[in-house]
Amino acid sequence: MNLMPSTTSKLKEKISIRKLNFYYGDNIALKDINMPLYERLVTAFIGPSGCGKSTLLRVLNRMYDLYPKQRADGEVLFDGANILSPKQDVNLLRARIGMVFQKPTPFPMTIYDNIAFGVKLYERIGKSDLDERVEQCLRKAALWTEVKDKLGDSGLSLSGGQQQRLCIARTVAIRPDIILFDEPCSALDPISTARIEELIDELKQDYTIAIVTHNMQQAARVSQKTAFMYLGELVEFDDTTKIFTSPQEKRTQDYITGRFG
Amino acid sequence: MDFDRARYGRRKRRNTRTSILSFSATALGLGILGIILGTLFFKGFGGLGLDVFTEMTPPPGSAGGLLNAIVGSLIMTAIGVAIGTPIGILAGTYMAEYGRYNKLTMVVRFINDILLSAPSIVMGLFVYTIMVAPMGHFSGYAGAVALSLLVIPIVVRTTEDMLLLVPGSLREAAASLGMPRSLVVQRVAYKAARAGIITGVLLAVARVSGETAPLLFTALNNQFWSTNLNAPFSSLPVVIFQFALSPYADWQRLAWVGALIITLAVLALSIAARWLSSSRTTQ
Repeated sequence: MNLMPSTTSKLKEKISIRKLNFYYGDNIALKDINMPLYERLVTAFIGPSGCGKSTLLRVLNRMYDLYPKQRADGEVLFDGANILSPKQDVNLLRARIGMVFQKPTPFPMTIYDNIAFGVKLYERIGKSDLDERVEQCLRKAALWTEVKDKLGDSGLSLSGGQQQRLCIARTVAIRPDIILFDEPCSALDPISTARIEELIDELKQDYTIAIVTHNMQQAARVSQKTAFMYLGELVEFDDTTKIFTSPQEKRTQDYITGRFG
Repeated sequence: MDFDRARYGRRKRRNTRTSILSFSATALGLGILGIILGTLFFKGFGGLGLDVFTEMTPPPGSAGGLLNAIVGSLIMTAIGVAIGTPIGILAGTYMAEYGRYNKLTMVVRFINDILLSAPSIVMGLFVYTIMVAPMGHFSGYAGAVALSLLVIPIVVRTTEDMLLLVPGSLREAAASLGMPRSLVVQRVAYKAARAGIITGVLLAVARVSGETAPLLFTALNNQFWSTNLNAPFSSLPVVIFQFALSPYADWQRLAWVGALIITLAVLALSIAARWLSSSRTTQ
């Protein structure tokens, strides 16, 4: 896919990050980040370990709120409203901005309940509708055929790749607007990885997606926009094809050609 | 490669020495345990008949059983655990889930550790001053409260430890669905830590069901059948204590039987706890 800059202007900014700084205690982890996430596109974050990609993702759903001494300043506008504002209800925010983690994290309950639980949190939903939703999400996550006869088994009984797809199904099930993927394939084998990449490609028809990855081929395959980060700064943000073929910054060039990082 | 034979020899000898020491320490521990169990069986098994479970504790010189003591122990242990478990689990939950980074948690953990190792007779004396003395008489209630004070620190500790073992990633995953903190704790963290927490409660039951000291000052004892918790209350450990110290041969025999029963019960509980925690790890 080759997105020309002219098409960029027609894209809607689902999230606008403005002058974002983030601190772990006294250490600054993100410095003056400014960038958008466009609606129904996949935005990839690349950069060496410790550059702040995951931190940035965890700001977007206020996951850092769980821990003391972590704080952010600046603005993150989500459909125009600043989610960093103390008035923002974090639970409602997280219901709208889902997250898939590096390691699969199925809950210690049945496969069915792993998905149904999140749905029932915010929706009044009948049994048959719920069954339908569970099936639909498992199908979407390409897991249905493998688990349809054992929905009552523990989610922990699945293989790593299946668990990760279960987690994606669980996230999709609550119908968020945005899905954040934090290195979703780093613990998976190549076949599961390919499955999940296909899935991400399908999901972008309905969702706005951000993905952190260490695998540059993966970033090139799944994303339309790429952000290269280094030492807590956003070095370059552009169309994925541009980042990988003609980056403007020398540091980006060095990183994608494997000269450092 | 320069091979220093002397160096290697020294290391081998040290290895042999350490192995012998640890084997003999293990043998010593197991041996003592074997002797205790053997003695209990030898002295207690002969007297273990149906009448032990159907007859009351007898006056010296006549036949009888331990029914009132067994039932008394069961009731007081049950009440003690029923009081102590919710308090312990809630406190442990606060420490692991809500106040993990608070100073208060550190203070509570420190005090709880002191309580955990406090001599149980101190608990008995404490309950004596706050319940027995004002009420003017010994009672089953006081005994149960004294036992609950022993249950609380054990359950607090195991609950906190087990919840801390639940990976933070699981909590984050739950939170990422928009789950409020209270539900994350109840539906995800408790579920993941359930086997461990139940194990803690079982261990607490095992611990208090054999306690004598805290009951001496609180429930005292009752020779007769009584389920009135507002009066002196019978219990197996105190009966063993009294009967074993008595000069009467038939009382001493009953004391051995009682000791065997308690030991077997505690053994069964420990095995159940072990089984539960191993089923958690293989999950």
